Amino acid sequence: MTLTEKLREKISRAFYNHGLLCASYPIPIILFTGLCILACCYPLLKLPLPGTGPVEYSTPVKDYSPPSSEPGHQQGDPSERPDWYLGAPVAYIQQILVKATVSPWHKNFLAVDVFRSPLSRVFQLVEEIRNHALRDSSGIRSLEEVCLQVTDLLPSLKKLRDLLPEHGCLLLSPGNFWQNDRERFNSDPDIIKTIHQHEPKTLQTSATLKDLLFGVPGKYSGVNLYNRKRVVSYTVTLALQRYDSRFLTSLRSRLKLLHPSPNCTLREEHVVHVHFKEEIGIAELIPLVTTYIILFAYIYFSTRKIDMVKSKWGLALAAVVTVLSSLLMSVGLCTLFGLTPTLNGGEIFPYLVVVIGLENVLVLTKSVVSTPVDLEVKLRIAQGLSSESWSIMKNMATELGIILIGYFTLVPAIQEFCLFAVVGLVSDFFLQMFFFTTVLSIDIRRMELADLNKRLPAEACMPSAKPVSRSQTYERQPAMRPATPHTITLQPSSFRNLRLPKRLRVIYFFARTRLAQRLIMAGTVIWIGILVYTDPAGLRTYLTSQVTEQSPLGEAGLPPMPVPGGVLPAGDAKLALSVFPSEPVQLSENQTQQQREQKEGPSNGQPEPGTKAEVTWGGEDEEIWRKLSFRHWPSLFSYYNITLAKRYISILPAIPVTLYLNPREALEVRHPQEANRYHSFFPSSLGKLEAVDRPGEALPKLQGHRDVTLYKVAALGLASGILLVLLLFCLYRVFCPKNYGQNGLSHSRRKRGDLPCDDYGYSPPETEIVPLVLRGHLMDIECLASDRMLLVSCCLVGQIRVWDAQTGDCLTVIPKQGLRRDSSGIFDYQESWDQSPDPKNGLEDPFDNSHQLKRMLSPPQPPLFCDQPDLTSLIDTNFLEQATVVAPEPRHRTVCSRHKDTGYNFGRLVEKVYEETGSARALSCGTGEGGCSARRKSLGDEPLAGFEKSSPVSAWAGDLESSVWSLDLRGNLIVAGRSNGKLEVWDAIEGTLRCSDEEGQSGITALVFLNNRIVAARLNGSLDFFSLETHSSYNHLQFRGTPSRSSIPSSPMYSSNDLIMCQLTHTVPCAHQKPITALKAAAGRLVTGSQDHTLKVYRLEDSCCLFTLQGHSGAITAVYIDQTMGLASGGQDGAICLWDVLTGSRVSHMYAHRGDDEGWGEQGWIWDRGWGSRDLGCGASLGVISDNLLVTGGQGCVSFWDIGYGDLLQTVYLGKSNESQPARQILVLENAAIVCNFGSELSLVYVPSVLEKLD
Amino acid sequence: MVKPMPRLENCTWSCSCAARGRHKNQLEKTAVGLAAKVGEMLSSSVSSSPLTLVGHGTRTPSTSSLRSSSTNSLNLNQHLVQRSLVLFAVGAFMALVLNLLQIQRNVTLFPEEVIATIFSSAWWVPPCCGTAAAVVGLLYPCIDSHLGEPHKFKREWASVMRCIAVFVGINHASAKLDFANNVQLSLTLAALSLGLWWTFDRSRSGLGLGITIAFLATLITQFLVYNGVYQYTSPDFLYIRSWLPCIFFSGGVTVGNIGRQLAMGIPEKPHTD
Repeated sequence: MTLTEKLREKISRAFYNHGLLCASYPIPIILFTGLCILACCYPLLKLPLPGTGPVEYSTPVKDYSPPSSEPGHQQGDPSERPDWYLGAPVAYIQQILVKATVSPWHKNFLAVDVFRSPLSRVFQLVEEIRNHALRDSSGIRSLEEVCLQVTDLLPSLKKLRDLLPEHGCLLLSPGNFWQNDRERFNSDPDIIKTIHQHEPKTLQTSATLKDLLFGVPGKYSGVNLYNRKRVVSYTVTLALQRYDSRFLTSLRSRLKLLHPSPNCTLREEHVVHVHFKEEIGIAELIPLVTTYIILFAYIYFSTRKIDMVKSKWGLALAAVVTVLSSLLMSVGLCTLFGLTPTLNGGEIFPYLVVVIGLENVLVLTKSVVSTPVDLEVKLRIAQGLSSESWSIMKNMATELGIILIGYFTLVPAIQEFCLFAVVGLVSDFFLQMFFFTTVLSIDIRRMELADLNKRLPAEACMPSAKPVSRSQTYERQPAMRPATPHTITLQPSSFRNLRLPKRLRVIYFFARTRLAQRLIMAGTVIWIGILVYTDPAGLRTYLTSQVTEQSPLGEAGLPPMPVPGGVLPAGDAKLALSVFPSEPVQLSENQTQQQREQKEGPSNGQPEPGTKAEVTWGGEDEEIWRKLSFRHWPSLFSYYNITLAKRYISILPAIPVTLYLNPREALEVRHPQEANRYHSFFPSSLGKLEAVDRPGEALPKLQGHRDVTLYKVAALGLASGILLVLLLFCLYRVFCPKNYGQNGLSHSRRKRGDLPCDDYGYSPPETEIVPLVLRGHLMDIECLASDRMLLVSCCLVGQIRVWDAQTGDCLTVIPKQGLRRDSSGIFDYQESWDQSPDPKNGLEDPFDNSHQLKRMLSPPQPPLFCDQPDLTSLIDTNFLEQATVVAPEPRHRTVCSRHKDTGYNFGRLVEKVYEETGSARALSCGTGEGGCSARRKSLGDEPLAGFEKSSPVSAWAGDLESSVWSLDLRGNLIVAGRSNGKLEVWDAIEGTLRCSDEEGQSGITALVFLNNRIVAARLNGSLDFFSLETHSSYNHLQFRGTPSRSSIPSSPMYSSNDLIMCQLTHTVPCAHQKPITALKAAAGRLVTGSQDHTLKVYRLEDSCCLFTLQGHSGAITAVYIDQTMGLASGGQDGAICLWDVLTGSRVSHMYAHRGDDEGWGEQGWIWDRGWGSRDLGCGASLGVISDNLLVTGGQGCVSFWDIGYGDLLQTVYLGKSNESQPARQILVLENAAIVCNFGSELSLVYVPSVLEKLD
Repeated sequence: MVKPMPRLENCTWSCSCAARGRHKNQLEKTAVGLAAKVGEMLSSSVSSSPLTLVGHGTRTPSTSSLRSSSTNSLNLNQHLVQRSLVLFAVGAFMALVLNLLQIQRNVTLFPEEVIATIFSSAWWVPPCCGTAAAVVGLLYPCIDSHLGEPHKFKREWASVMRCIAVFVGINHASAKLDFANNVQLSLTLAALSLGLWWTFDRSRSGLGLGITIAFLATLITQFLVYNGVYQYTSPDFLYIRSWLPCIFFSGGVTVGNIGRQLAMGIPEKPHTD
């Protein structure tokens, strides 16, 4: 044993134990894992939340100096210092905040006077600032030296070329609207229009030109016609390249000197540094989105492979959660150990997911679900884990190796990526082992429970003989009775895709998934989320403030940012400017022009001195830039092609400037046109008597467009909402079928759990097909036969009923011969058998009775055939061969054989044998390993019991009357083969026995009635060839017309007054070693399939055995031969063999059921491929209607499948009362009707609609 | 001075796959177009697409339904055309997207300009990329079948998606990461490309074809640069960048992977439904 093998062994064992552990204590382990995840993610709380909002940090203005660019040499407390605070900022922003008012106010002033004269002073102020120079010992320093020199505007901003400075200092003021030219301002007839000419028409969240130039949010500027406080504020914004504290101090003191703000309480202590994150633009978004699309595609393609679990979505979610939380854990752990992620998380995230991958999870799932289902859940999980342990470990080692190689590239970014990936891989492994495995075990357990609920107790339905290991869909057939070995019941999950007409499928899809509702809900949630997130006053700002709360931001934290476009009504009360009634302005020590003017004001003899106003400065003014849009500065700098992404600017404390203007000045600057257009409409604060009463026409026109925007948005929203509702209503009307409600009612009566509908509990209305139920039989129907016109059924009692296949009328009841005598005896007997399941009790009695047949109790079976019912005891060794050879009758008529029809009921015969012998279902798995053998063994008694139960029946029935084991129908003749070896020919119409043959004594298991030949296969493996002979001449034969289609060959009609003789022509005494299970004839050949794994081909005329075909490794269950000599056979081993009848060689060989049962798609494909092999090893309740339509019997229903696609087309429920009964036999008639043996009832199902649609 | 920069880099990227701020290329206006052209031819061999995946998703079911309904007669020509169409779309889309990966961020504030830059490269760029992708993607399964060794390793769409993601990641890394020097960059990319091949391909034919493609593409680039059609700012491998072959190689492997999956993906379709 090499080292590798040892290692492998150990790993496998460890995984096995681990799987046991996980499956045993799922809840504690999941809780533990959750705690682990949370603990590992805890360090993530320290990381800044993602978002593009700016981050602030403030330092005291006193002895401020730009930080050094090396991270090492930082002064101050490094813990508070954000890591971006390195090097000089892009610019220092110095704002000079001007508040101006006209004082005293005359009540006959116009509205424009509020801001016209204050604005006019900006030119003077700008001049003062520009010309400011500091003279000190080192020389003269002017503004030009310290300010940020800008060059060109971006070429796309041609329209702003006149408004924004293109050369020299970046100095913005409202004067830029007039190119800093006082004359232009004076000659401007409409200031408001000039200011608003570049305002965007639509709602826009980024900074507008007005905001840029005014430097204050629009509603604070006071430049509108409704400024009741009559205070206008604006800023002169100055961008400085270098921080020159002396120059700035001198500027500040000079401006304060010139324009004192006496009651200004602004604290000028802090320099606020604002760091801007990288904004993601469309150009970068597209690759990002692409990578995410790839990621989602990867996840999609991966998770769709999860199959055969209870909740596919749940497991897919668990898989994704595993990967994501492992990534989070990785980041958290790295942060914990001092690694700070520097990479852009959003960008590398998809790559990380792809590197870590979902493969292991899928492999685990697949491995677990492919373990034998009859094991305990714990063991299944453990086995699945241990079988994949080696590959998982190997993969992980490989990936770790690759990533470690990547670590040695010595590129920091790649190293970081690799580090994250390594930690992520390890934590992913941890999560897979603990979290996902546990979830998987819970899921598997749920599935087991669901299955248990659906079917009978496992002991009763578990088939004992399992020759081939099948996928679990086969083994999990609910209510698989031993008596119906060939039943295929439907796998509920396969009901999901319905192949209806496209239109209907779309509708059903919508209806089923509630797609529209969910989409709308999701859309709404996303929309609200986006709104909340992007709202400047909303979450993002809050988050940003939360993130940056370590930086002292003043007392109130961050005030909510205003919506720059001005959704809020102007004149908000928040503006803490208050205009006090006239009080003497407190004189400052410097004589300013303003004071002089104020003194002059009253003396100038204005008619009525109005109120005097005082400008107050509050705390709100302190950092008025905060109220600007957070894109204010980035957009300003971007105009000059300067990006602020990942850089910061420093905002210096604003310099307050207060301007008082006297009324005369206001009058002087008034534009002549304005007097005509505007009228003073402000009521004076003293008396309202003379309030001007004609503001009328100007008002609505000049309504601020912000309000209009608000209303527009509201109206638009309302309209679109109404439209949406209407649209959805129309869609609903168009899409939903009219009888939606009624159908819902009709099938809501069914218990939901029993419905094999899709996972959403929605099943499409199935009213298109209504089965026609034929009642009349007292017992379960045993066998069925039909030609086009008639349908013959026989129940356990032996009662044969003849039905009209078109209408479903019962034409004839052929009473059992012994009915008069003791019909109920059979009932009683069988019931007694049903009631006493213990075989040993009732065994002796019937065996004593079986004096006709010599039997022996079943000897110990050879191991080779241990999985098959032991039928050796049935072989009558004393069988007396009837060698009465009658010359074959030379009557060959040109009757087209119609084997296609009869080809479908092949398995019925097989099934009957199986029922009789009580052998278990053949198609289940058998290569049982040691693990499950114990259980098998316990079940192994069942078939024996069944067999012994049935053999007395036949034995005993030989006394009274035997039951009918096989039926066939041609024309008006019914051939019935009985269990006592009697062959009877009945007239279907009149119900009279035409002839019978009692020579054989072994039960007839299969019959073929072709032309005038009857071939009977007996239980002992012998074949009898009979020929029917009428004593009248051939001419007397009538041909029954074919009403529906001319192509249907006619059937011979033996007139009732002819005497029919049944003669045994040949007997092949020992055709097979074991009972013949399948019998089919066509094209002059007869094919038999037996339980001894061989097929034999006979010539029909002389019963000469042409070939013995060997190749199956199990009993033959189905045989099909068609006119072209194509022969197909299906065996218990699940194999289908195609043979060439002419040469006896095997053409091809395929397995219908592979380990992974993708289900019907594959099967249908095989059916399609195997041109004639319409029969599979799987049995009787299958039928092919047309080239592409397949019928299967299910639990109380039949289902129609499309062969080409493998999709379920439709399911027809046969009844409500006895849903537990599976449809055991399906017979396809020519008119596309299906006859299902359904308990004691027959159901005729017409499928016209499906056929039409498909054609 | 500001404006032309991104545009130039943008175009040249498609050749270089890693232009970014590193190359201050002083190309003439005419050179730009040609450069772009070269770029496509090369990078098209390199490209593969994510979005086409969407295209593919819609397309494949239709083809499969067509196929299965047409009674087994698998129309080979039609199949071929569909595959090449898908591959073409992949290549064209990838050319655009990987182009964008390289765009500098200073254009982000002006959406109209961004849109302009997306399509700023000459109109024949995507077609050339697409054509090359189609050729390579058809070549791989073809050679597989000629060699008689069908590619069985990890033949599933999830793996293909992974491969595409890794390829985009390689481009991403080459575009956005800062390397100390060219040698390091080239070596890293070479290792990554080989890793890509080992992880997703592992076939001799894939390796051979990838190397051939890389060699041919490099040769074409050299030729074009030699003729003065286009030039690299800091050539370290004759006339071009030394890591260019690595990108070509991994692109070839990726497109080959898609092509193989397309070639075999359709018969599998009934299963996956």
